[in-house]
Amino acid sequence: MKKLLSLVLVAVMMLTMLAACGTQKENDGAQGDAPKSSLKVGFIFLHDENSTYDKNFMDAAKEACETMNVEYAQKTQIPESTACYDAAVELIESDGCDIIFADSFGHEAFLMQAAEEYPDIQFCHATGTQAHTAGLDNFHNAFASIYQGRYLAGVAAGMKLNEMIAAGEITAEEAKMGYVGAFTFAEVISGYTSFYLGAKSVCPSVTMDVKFTGSWYDEQKEKEAANSLIGGGCVLISQHADSMGAPTACETAGVPNVSYNGSTVAACPNTFIVSSRINWAPYFEYMIKCVADGTAIDTDWTGTLETGSVVLTDVNEAVAAEGTVAKLEEVKAALNDGSLQVFDTANFTVGGETLTSYTADVDTDDAFTPDTEVIEGGVFYESKFRSGPYFDVRIDGITLLDEAY
Amino acid sequence: MADKTMVKHHHEPLFHVAKRDDMIWWKAWLIRCAAILLSVFVMSLVSMALTEKTLFETLEIMYRGVFGRIEEGSTVMLWKYLQQIAILLCLALALTPAFKMKFWNCGAEGQALIGGLGAMVVMIELGPKLPYGVLMVVIVVVSILAGAIWGLIPAVFKAFFNTNETLFTLMMNYIATQIIAYYVYIKGGGSNVIQPVEFGNFPKIGDNKYLINILIVAILTVVMYLYLRYSKQGYEISVVGESQNTARYIGINVKKVIIRTMCISGALCGVAGLLLVSGTDHTIRTDTVGGQGFTAIMMSWLGQFNPFIMVIMTALIIFLKLGAGKVADTCRLNASFADIFIGVVILCVVGCEFFIRYTIKFRHRKKEGNV
Repeated sequence: MKKLLSLVLVAVMMLTMLAACGTQKENDGAQGDAPKSSLKVGFIFLHDENSTYDKNFMDAAKEACETMNVEYAQKTQIPESTACYDAAVELIESDGCDIIFADSFGHEAFLMQAAEEYPDIQFCHATGTQAHTAGLDNFHNAFASIYQGRYLAGVAAGMKLNEMIAAGEITAEEAKMGYVGAFTFAEVISGYTSFYLGAKSVCPSVTMDVKFTGSWYDEQKEKEAANSLIGGGCVLISQHADSMGAPTACETAGVPNVSYNGSTVAACPNTFIVSSRINWAPYFEYMIKCVADGTAIDTDWTGTLETGSVVLTDVNEAVAAEGTVAKLEEVKAALNDGSLQVFDTANFTVGGETLTSYTADVDTDDAFTPDTEVIEGGVFYESKFRSGPYFDVRIDGITLLDEAY
Repeated sequence: MADKTMVKHHHEPLFHVAKRDDMIWWKAWLIRCAAILLSVFVMSLVSMALTEKTLFETLEIMYRGVFGRIEEGSTVMLWKYLQQIAILLCLALALTPAFKMKFWNCGAEGQALIGGLGAMVVMIELGPKLPYGVLMVVIVVVSILAGAIWGLIPAVFKAFFNTNETLFTLMMNYIATQIIAYYVYIKGGGSNVIQPVEFGNFPKIGDNKYLINILIVAILTVVMYLYLRYSKQGYEISVVGESQNTARYIGINVKKVIIRTMCISGALCGVAGLLLVSGTDHTIRTDTVGGQGFTAIMMSWLGQFNPFIMVIMTALIIFLKLGAGKVADTCRLNASFADIFIGVVILCVVGCEFFIRYTIKFRHRKKEGNV
């Protein structure tokens, strides 16, 4: 018994001593730190840095907060449920954040709940669709015209196909690409269609098969989908899902891959061509600046190539076709000055006919009712009427292998 | 003779373990508290090593993560803390009668999910059609019934065919999860998320949306204590748990007790699902219960089937879960750090039971010499 008591006493003593050390060190730290802005940003991430999607946000958050010299707190592994509301409340209550940002589509409804309860805090949400109809002054959506980036990546893919045709590896008719998507959902459809149109602009005979996994992050399913596309005769793969499943499947099979959300060249040196991604740092800086200056944040903010929000990684010249870098610069310039529009209705057909009018579901509702005319002067204007994509047209040349999701 | 004694001495191990029943209650609790302190201390050292934060700072982050800015009068985080305790406690309470009967119900997760699904279906299908009062009654009845049925199925198989209830209830979890996944797929549309439903939500008490959940579980805690301790049924549960043969001998219908107890266990899990869906989330997902059905197994054991001790245990585990999560977030550690933290604490607490129930006897050299 005495032994036990002395053990407990020793433990208590050690705790006290350490606590005392802690207080001292904390005081030292406070004196040494440079004065920071009193603003604090809270970030809510769906997964952690193992997901390419979230890593892209996390890198941008770190960069933007360092540039703007503000503190930030983060919550990772937050599912699209009440957990998002809880995370937002925790970031406000425990960390004292003034701006809350959430990175996943399904976070929206739960972030809006928190926005209603905390009218003095600004809430920003990536990829969402409801800010322009929600009637909340402190809730904002943001996205980027990533379709421009996908189009550019598509051009690089098309040039690779041309090179393979020229080298006699495949015939022009065999130029079939494969695309691993998450859900049959406007963001994905807009993405793969712009990718396809980019490829088609340099390789007119190209076709594409699309497979869906029904999950934004499922490494095994993405790998299986990529392998089944390769088995089905696809000679180049791209993907819109967040794991390394498709890129690693391509590396194993030796099939060129156009990636997304950042370079996968380290893991896939022999197959990676190029990757498009959204750089969120410009938006984060904009959002922080608005709150610091006391100005209103746009209800819908769309980043573009020009704002630096849509970027391409370095081209992996070991795999890409010759002249890809120069060609991409040329197309980029055309996109920037407006002489080239990705969804120019002259460049694609639906059921063999040119699209002249299309009403998209811009104002979100449960039934996905189309409500807004989005074609003007022969161009389908994506991300103009709200930041989140709404291009959900099934165009000719693309085959959806399954529509289960 | 002398030779034999010598041989025996050589083969006597350095120490051996013996059962003990004589430990006084406060001594046992001192050991348990020491185990908890020790594990928290060890994990704090680990997090210090990983984060360059001092122990004091680490503990402060944990406190901040659980209570928020409570000294500034903001009680939001405190209420959320109590709410989480209530849910885990409700599940632990639900498991307790089954465990006391030595029926290893590992299906709290599934029973709560199905209870929650019952509430969800009523909220979506009948929500706009029924007046609020009637709707709430239907929601409560349906979710409790759904949970009870999910608990009843393995109980019937156990009572009549003596199937292994551990495996059976575990498998029922997977079935429940898949049913929810399918339901979310049907109702969720493209995004695979059911948006929160505005019908059939629990009323707020004043401005507080968690208080009603907390009150319900507080009442359940007292009722469960009285039920197990003072009711005839509670006594029958104990007897069946101690020995089914004894139970049969004194005229207890064992089958009936098993089935009845599992109905209660499942029904209470259904209540937890109800509190989560109708009382908190207003929507459902496959991870609505989030593994708490399994944590509750530990809580029921650690509380030694005493509802009031379970309150303390759940309060401690939720504190550690939230606190360690906050340390992981603040120090940019992986979110799994919180799980590891709690894993270590639970391991220590379970491990210390060994020292409470057994004693280690060392070989006494002096005696050896005397012989």
